Amino acid sequence: MILIHCPYCDEKRPEIEFANAGQAHIARPLDPSGQSDADWETYLFIRANPRGRHHERWRHIHGCGRFFNAVRDTVTDKFETTYKAGEPRR
Amino acid sequence: MSGFRLETGGRIDRSQPVRFDFDGKTYQGFAGDSLASALLANGVMLFGRSFKYHRPRGLVAAGSEEPNALISVNRGPGRFTPNLRATGVEIHDGLIATSQNRWPSLAMDFGAINDRLGMFFPAGFYNKTFMWPRSFWDRVYEPAIRKMAGLGDAPTTEDPDVYASTYAHCDLLIIGAGPAGIDAALGFMDTNKRIVLIDEQDELGGGALADPALWPWLERSVKALTDAPNVTILTRTTAFGYYHDNFIGAVQRLTDHLPDVTDAPREKLWRIRAGEVVLAQGAIERPLVFDGNDTPGVMLSSAAKVYANRYGVAVGKALALMASHDSGWHDVFALAKAGVGISVIIDVRESVDSALILEASRLGITVYLNHGVVGVNGRHNVSSIDICDYGDQRVSRIDCDALLMAGGWTPSVHLWSHSKGSLKWRDDLGAYVPDVPNENVHCVGGCSGDWDFGTGAIIDMLPTPKDQSRIKAFVDFQNDVTAKDIMLAVREGFRSIEHIKRYTTNGMATDQGKTSNLNGLQIASSALNKPVTDIGLTSFRPPYTPQTFGALAGHAKGALFQPTRTTNIDDWAQAHGAVFELVAQWRRARYFPHSGEDMHAAVNRECVAVRSSVGIFDASTLGKIEVVGPDAAEFLNRMYTNPWKALEPGRCRYGLLLKEDGFITDDGVSARLAPDRFHLTTTTGGAARVLNMMEDYLQTEWPDLDVWLTSTTEQYAVIALQGPNARKVLEPLLEGIDLSAEAFPHMAIREGRICGIETRLFRVSFTGELGFEINVPTAYGRAVWEQLMAQGAQYGITPYGTEAMHVLRAEKGFIIVGQDTDGTVTPFDAGLDWAVGKKKPDFVGKRSMARSDIVALGRKQLVGLLTDDPNLVLEEGAQIVADPKQPIPMTMIGHVTSSYWSETLGRSIAMALVAGGHDMTGNTLHIPMPGKTHTAKVSGVVFYDPEGARLHV
Repeated sequence: MILIHCPYCDEKRPEIEFANAGQAHIARPLDPSGQSDADWETYLFIRANPRGRHHERWRHIHGCGRFFNAVRDTVTDKFETTYKAGEPRR
Repeated sequence: MSGFRLETGGRIDRSQPVRFDFDGKTYQGFAGDSLASALLANGVMLFGRSFKYHRPRGLVAAGSEEPNALISVNRGPGRFTPNLRATGVEIHDGLIATSQNRWPSLAMDFGAINDRLGMFFPAGFYNKTFMWPRSFWDRVYEPAIRKMAGLGDAPTTEDPDVYASTYAHCDLLIIGAGPAGIDAALGFMDTNKRIVLIDEQDELGGGALADPALWPWLERSVKALTDAPNVTILTRTTAFGYYHDNFIGAVQRLTDHLPDVTDAPREKLWRIRAGEVVLAQGAIERPLVFDGNDTPGVMLSSAAKVYANRYGVAVGKALALMASHDSGWHDVFALAKAGVGISVIIDVRESVDSALILEASRLGITVYLNHGVVGVNGRHNVSSIDICDYGDQRVSRIDCDALLMAGGWTPSVHLWSHSKGSLKWRDDLGAYVPDVPNENVHCVGGCSGDWDFGTGAIIDMLPTPKDQSRIKAFVDFQNDVTAKDIMLAVREGFRSIEHIKRYTTNGMATDQGKTSNLNGLQIASSALNKPVTDIGLTSFRPPYTPQTFGALAGHAKGALFQPTRTTNIDDWAQAHGAVFELVAQWRRARYFPHSGEDMHAAVNRECVAVRSSVGIFDASTLGKIEVVGPDAAEFLNRMYTNPWKALEPGRCRYGLLLKEDGFITDDGVSARLAPDRFHLTTTTGGAARVLNMMEDYLQTEWPDLDVWLTSTTEQYAVIALQGPNARKVLEPLLEGIDLSAEAFPHMAIREGRICGIETRLFRVSFTGELGFEINVPTAYGRAVWEQLMAQGAQYGITPYGTEAMHVLRAEKGFIIVGQDTDGTVTPFDAGLDWAVGKKKPDFVGKRSMARSDIVALGRKQLVGLLTDDPNLVLEEGAQIVADPKQPIPMTMIGHVTSSYWSETLGRSIAMALVAGGHDMTGNTLHIPMPGKTHTAKVSGVVFYDPEGARLHV
């Protein structure tokens, strides 16, 4: 069971306290109604599936409840870093 | 000849005889014996029948790598454990063990005919032979093969044992308590590290237990470690898996070795998080591959040493050794010292260390160098062996009653590999050893390839002048894989060891190839004429040895498998005969049958009571979220489809929640208590999902909004009081709330007191009748419920369950999200476009409602169905077709989502999702069901009181 560092609690806790919440840094468009079909499709459905470094969101759902961002290697399953929501991409 | 107990020696307690049963016969051993050693001491050499050929098999090893001696232990009803290794079972008085995979008996097994037919059972035999006819596989071939092949019987009754589990944390976890592991523990004992030392055997020592010269050291070391306050010692504990971030799973066997079955936990699962791990798993001796190497009496030389020195058992009276490695020589010298008769050493090598020759000569042992065993005689036990002089290819026969094999050593890198540490090949060892770690771990002793057993020749199999196609030289004893099978796989074109493994099943038995992987790899490498490192290495995966389901499940079984959530009113429902159903972990009353009533009758009665007088319903399971803050209305306005900002405090609104893809995900009635405070309700099953979704938007998309979300589902008991007499029942119990229609209209909320308890009183209805939902602090739920029951008695107040609730809401065309919607239904599809704020610039899912496939024609839309036969209730899930005469397969245009008998209407009603359904009103559709195709007319979904007159009273 992986240990994940919650950037809000500043503690490494077992993975069962967390829930994955999909790819990170996909901002909801400010004006969805102004989006073209293609842009909206990209926002809704198109996700990266990298071999290696992956930016993803996690929620400390059984802890502080906060969503945060993480960089995880999809090959080794190791977390490179975690950081608070809203911070720049690492 | 066969095994016997030596006069002296061993760590057994000869003053404590132990009586046990094997295959119905009683034997005697001593305290400290394994089942294997005790049977061996009684001259038992035959332990089981092989997997495929039913060949007689004896012990190969003395430890957990044993591939052959799988037995079952019966400790009473439900306490039957198959496939235990006899080498790891400690005997105790009354132990009942049986052999496996034989019929009618171990000595006379009809299945052994497979052995005679062996040439017809090569690798891939089943795949090639049982292909046709396809329909025979499930009914004929597989059951027959499963009966013939196989391991022990699965137990058929529930396991009555208790299994414990625990978490542990330590700075240093040492796995394996042989000399290397003990040394590691001693080395760190005087630090302040918290150390856990675990070993699968019943006492510490590992290999040292078979080396009397080390016993004084062992005793001192164990005492020192036992006395050290920072060292936790776990024996009879198998570290079965090594997971991420130094998380190790281990099972401790607590009671199987004790004579009496008690209520004490049988096993304990340890989940250990370690700062640092030291692996000291040791190494496993490798068998040699030659014709007849599976005959009982052929075993590893190191095992013979363990039986002699640890258990005081000789495996025979006249032993021979077949070696390619020095360690076998040292083993037989130790055996000679222990009083075991050893007459012959055969070694494939042309020369060995002269000191070995000298010692053999001193002990009177005949040595054959550059020789190899090419045949083993005797069926149930070795009687003689044929050896070949590799110089002149002459074969001669030597009498012996046991043959030891010394083929070198394989480091136990299982746990290292679980942890994803890399391996490197060492030519000198002919083995993979740990290379680069992936966790904070290192290996010591045998499992790192570090040992002082001397050197050896690395060979794939012993050369033989015999026809290769006519010999049975086993590689994997447990899965009956021969060298011939692996060579066949290569001839048939398999190149990667991963494929060869799966085709031949080499290494795929319960022992995961502990004794066979490296031999299989070498044979494949030779056959392919490629270096071992070019054909790959199969993966080791947990568990290291098989573990019980009981240990892994621990307490999580029966009622504790998953929590059952109950409301404060649940006890009352139980006491009043409710029939329950599980809804999203909640136990909910489904109906309250009177004596003699079936569900149908009870639900009819409950529905009629609500429509004609008053019913009472436990709605506590409704999801509830308190939304608070200056931006609360703005937040809900963005989340829900309908407008919220103008909602006045004291009023309620039906909220429809979409996902961003435009499909309905939840709904519920919510109330505005104050400008900055809302009481949201969600579906019972959607509560957690909705809160998570709202938190997601709030935290990550709109962090500027000042809003707080709090789950209050379990803070309130909710009692729905529904029916024309609801107001009359409620009124006398209320303080501070004017119930009149003018003061308290439909879809409003008031705060006050009921029975003296603070309440949030909703005037809402999921039945179409005048209705209230009374929210009180959870602990008061039952008390208020009972007061309402008393107050309502004069009106015949009737408790109703979820089934009547479903019927009542369906009569009104109210949807259940997840029943009448399935994640592909838009508000328009569901006929809920009235709940969508058309003027709102944005809300979650709005943009998607303009997606091309969502505005396209022909989407499945929610409609009502009235069967032409009013007494027929359609099956929920039944498919719908437009033309019943079309050829099969028919085009299905939709399905029935809800279907009930409506006692109120005196006929059946149904809802369905039908392609283009909104334009089909009045059309006849066809619903094929078992036995008959039924017809129904499309209608609106509101079957009862379409004007809503009954609500506004």
